[in-house]
Amino acid sequence: MTAMAEPEVGRARVRKEDERLITGRTRWTDNIALPGLVHMAFLRSPTAHARITAMDTSAAKEMPGVIAVYTGDDLDPGGEVGMPNAWPITPDQKTPRRPMLAQGTVNFAGEAVAVVIARSAAEAEDALAEIDVDYDDLPVVLGVDDAVADGAPLVHEDMGTNKSAEWIFDSAEAGSGGDVQQAISSSEVVVTRRFRQQRLVPAFMEPRSVVVDPTAPQLTMWSATQVPHILKTMVAMTLGLPEHQVRVIAPDVGGGFGGKLAVTPEECAAVVVAQKLGKPVKWTESRSETMVSAHHGRDQMQDITISASRDGTITGLKVDLLADMGAYLGIVGGGVPVLGAFMFNAIYKVPAYRFSCTTVFTNTTLTDAYRGAGRPEATFAIERIMDELAAELGMDPMELREKNWIKHDEFPYTTVSTLTYDSGNYEAATAKAMQLFDYDGLRREQRERRERGDRVQLGIGISTFTEMCGLAPSRVLGSLDYGAGGWEHAAIRMLPTGKVEVVTGASPHGQGHETAWSQIVADQLGVGFDDIEILHGDTQSSHKGLDTYGSRSLTVGGIAVVKAAEKVIAKARKVAAHLMEASEDDLEFADGKFTVRGTDTSTAIQDVALAVFAAHDLPEGVEPTLDSEAVFDPENFSFPHGTHLCATEVDTETGRVRLRSYVCVDDIGKVINPLIVEGQMHGGLAQGIAQALFEEAVYDEFGTLTSGTFADYLLPSAMDLPSFTTDRTETAATSNPLGVKGVGEAGTIASTPAVVNSVVDAVRHHGVNDIEMPLSPMRVWRAVHEGDAAAGGPGAEAGGGLGSIDSAHGGAQ
Amino acid sequence: MRITVTVDGTGYTDEVEPRTLLVHHLREKLGKTGTVVGCDTSNCGACTVHLNGQSVKSCSVLAVQADGGEVTTVEGLARDGQLHPVQQAFRDNHALQCGFCTPGMIMQSIDLLADNPNPDEEAVREGLEGNLCRCTGYQNIVRAVRDAAGHMRPGAGPEAEQVADGERTTTGVGGDA
Repeated sequence: MTAMAEPEVGRARVRKEDERLITGRTRWTDNIALPGLVHMAFLRSPTAHARITAMDTSAAKEMPGVIAVYTGDDLDPGGEVGMPNAWPITPDQKTPRRPMLAQGTVNFAGEAVAVVIARSAAEAEDALAEIDVDYDDLPVVLGVDDAVADGAPLVHEDMGTNKSAEWIFDSAEAGSGGDVQQAISSSEVVVTRRFRQQRLVPAFMEPRSVVVDPTAPQLTMWSATQVPHILKTMVAMTLGLPEHQVRVIAPDVGGGFGGKLAVTPEECAAVVVAQKLGKPVKWTESRSETMVSAHHGRDQMQDITISASRDGTITGLKVDLLADMGAYLGIVGGGVPVLGAFMFNAIYKVPAYRFSCTTVFTNTTLTDAYRGAGRPEATFAIERIMDELAAELGMDPMELREKNWIKHDEFPYTTVSTLTYDSGNYEAATAKAMQLFDYDGLRREQRERRERGDRVQLGIGISTFTEMCGLAPSRVLGSLDYGAGGWEHAAIRMLPTGKVEVVTGASPHGQGHETAWSQIVADQLGVGFDDIEILHGDTQSSHKGLDTYGSRSLTVGGIAVVKAAEKVIAKARKVAAHLMEASEDDLEFADGKFTVRGTDTSTAIQDVALAVFAAHDLPEGVEPTLDSEAVFDPENFSFPHGTHLCATEVDTETGRVRLRSYVCVDDIGKVINPLIVEGQMHGGLAQGIAQALFEEAVYDEFGTLTSGTFADYLLPSAMDLPSFTTDRTETAATSNPLGVKGVGEAGTIASTPAVVNSVVDAVRHHGVNDIEMPLSPMRVWRAVHEGDAAAGGPGAEAGGGLGSIDSAHGGAQ
Repeated sequence: MRITVTVDGTGYTDEVEPRTLLVHHLREKLGKTGTVVGCDTSNCGACTVHLNGQSVKSCSVLAVQADGGEVTTVEGLARDGQLHPVQQAFRDNHALQCGFCTPGMIMQSIDLLADNPNPDEEAVREGLEGNLCRCTGYQNIVRAVRDAAGHMRPGAGPEAEQVADGERTTTGVGGDA
């Protein structure tokens, strides 16, 4: 017997991706230069809502280097092209046309109204100032409450309403639970809160960029996108191009976080302009353009009511959302809050549940997917109100959670929102987290600080969360009226020299798929980690896929890789048996070798690959290839969970919050690469904590984004964050052969309520039971000293700077 | 205007517009696309390079200000196939995900280690405050910089970076050096 090779899966491999990235040998879209390349720049509306009464581009056309200037009517004379919304959440959803360039009216500050094409990016930019646009201002609609008020002015006058759709889930109607009104009216304890999910900016570090080369019959588009496959199909459908004559490449992509899950007006305009001019064109945005024109995230008002008996047993949960879509629907659009509908009940046994969501238009940048997409919002609301319920009951908040959560021996468990959680162990994760955190010790210190009236109070925040990952079973998406499936594709090419090319439909932009997929394939095929190359992000080599978002790449795309590898082995087995003159049934496959059982006769899969390449001696009827592909459509979502504990020190005299410690124990099932997992957790935590403490996209009363630069929008720096203590428990998912669940969004989903709960806990004895995010020092101070939870207004915004915004790009004037 | 700049050991003489930023000169004229642009308010630090041995945000320096100067970018750190200790540490400690902030983060890390060869966690965080990362939450970056400190020897890296004690003066241009 030879010793088994050490499995690759589970090893903390350093990443294959890194060597290029740390030496600057990168392939960002903006790096691409083609012969004859010309550059585009967009003029953007400085006003949030107006009729365009006149536009004069003649002076701009005379500027040095300018090749062309186009308006919306130039690019789309019929006014027919609209950016796609792939998720009409109801049959009667109102979906306004979102043009490439505004036609007739502008509906948010930052909407593109004209495009200049010039020999250099600087010349294109210079010419923007020479375009003369007359705007006739219309009333500006801001804030969901005002937008749905009677007599509110309308964002889209022709629609007759600012409501896009109303989507409802009721457990009594679904047969999955009781009637929530009845539950609430007959319960001993009822707690109602209104939580505000502020608007965020995804803030990927690489600004968006697109290059289109129309000079061959097959048009090639490079884009800094998360979704090259979706983009290819959608660009073809949107612009009426033959899909087989479009090739999309996502080269190195510098982060996305949902923000590059989009089919943008700029991308479509680049295609139209390139075709008009017959020249390759490039557009790379400035950061100020990103802030006003790339989609934002979150932005909901959440009215939530929870009912319970006096012993803490939850009896009902009712959620009513108003979700701000901005001026148009993006590709997922109203689907984002709908994704949250299944997560408000979280890890708890809730006997009655009702969810309603109204999606609303305002004169702001549109909102769409941002890391977690619907699930952070839901998790925030339920985890916040669990703390409020605990306070109402006078119970320890962890004890309340434990009383209501699904016990480890109750899995699989079908929830009130009809999802079946396959596995989990909330007790184990919580026990580990409590111990690492020193929960009891910190509670003691909290008591001591309160008793001595310390200026700095200590708070403890809990978030015991779950999420639905692995988007998604196609049949479920179909039942929700989503416009596509949720499968993923993979292919494996066995090369004659024994090397392996793996094609994946997932489209990494920082996640480390090249490393993780190599580890998976190394184990499956018994080939060396370094003998595997992962091909992705180019629709010519990776011809089929649904891309990367929703923590789906491993749980769907990774499983497709496993399925493709199984097919390779099945094909190789036939050939190996033939070569060794043995029966297929007598062959064992391990460590890359087929061995005739009970003998030392064996052949390596690489030798089989060479024999198949030569094809001199193959069994009857066997095709000369081991190459295989698979499309995996998951049976179920996966359900990572975890317990996050946050201790904050709150200075009651200044309102300053200091993160004292952050401990999380996550159960993401089996782990392919613990190094990558830890990195995903850290980054996810940073974004969730940033929502709690720092970030907000702030509009003034005219609809101008005042936090429109990195000087004003408070992305946390290294100084703003602590070191996190991250650990894991491992309960394998039963819904896929690797037992994996996904990790990309966990930290972001879990951390926001842990932080806010912690701050509220620190000052609850001052009568505080909520503080609106972000918990700026002024908001915290005013909550403590003036009892004002929603301490917005001038001076209390996140950031709040105004000096650095460029009005030519939709910023303040 | 005609300027001569030495970048990663090679001299380049070019005509540039007076308004051209150093980062655009590097990327567009010299093909040094390893250095990137992440914002337009000098907050993100993705464009950080070294000018005459000190870190600068190359979006905040005019190309003409670099005339006669010596620029080191992330592309000029590795020597004879050997990664710079900070590059190696970033890889070993998984201090990057998408990698877009990485060139600037590495250049700033080298600068902070030149000032403080053995920084504690707080000092590393402070030294990197002007460089934003959206992927990593900074924890592994901090770990990488401290790991690199342990592996750095005097004179590690390219010649232009080898500045003896006491020689680091305020000759840098712009940036937050």
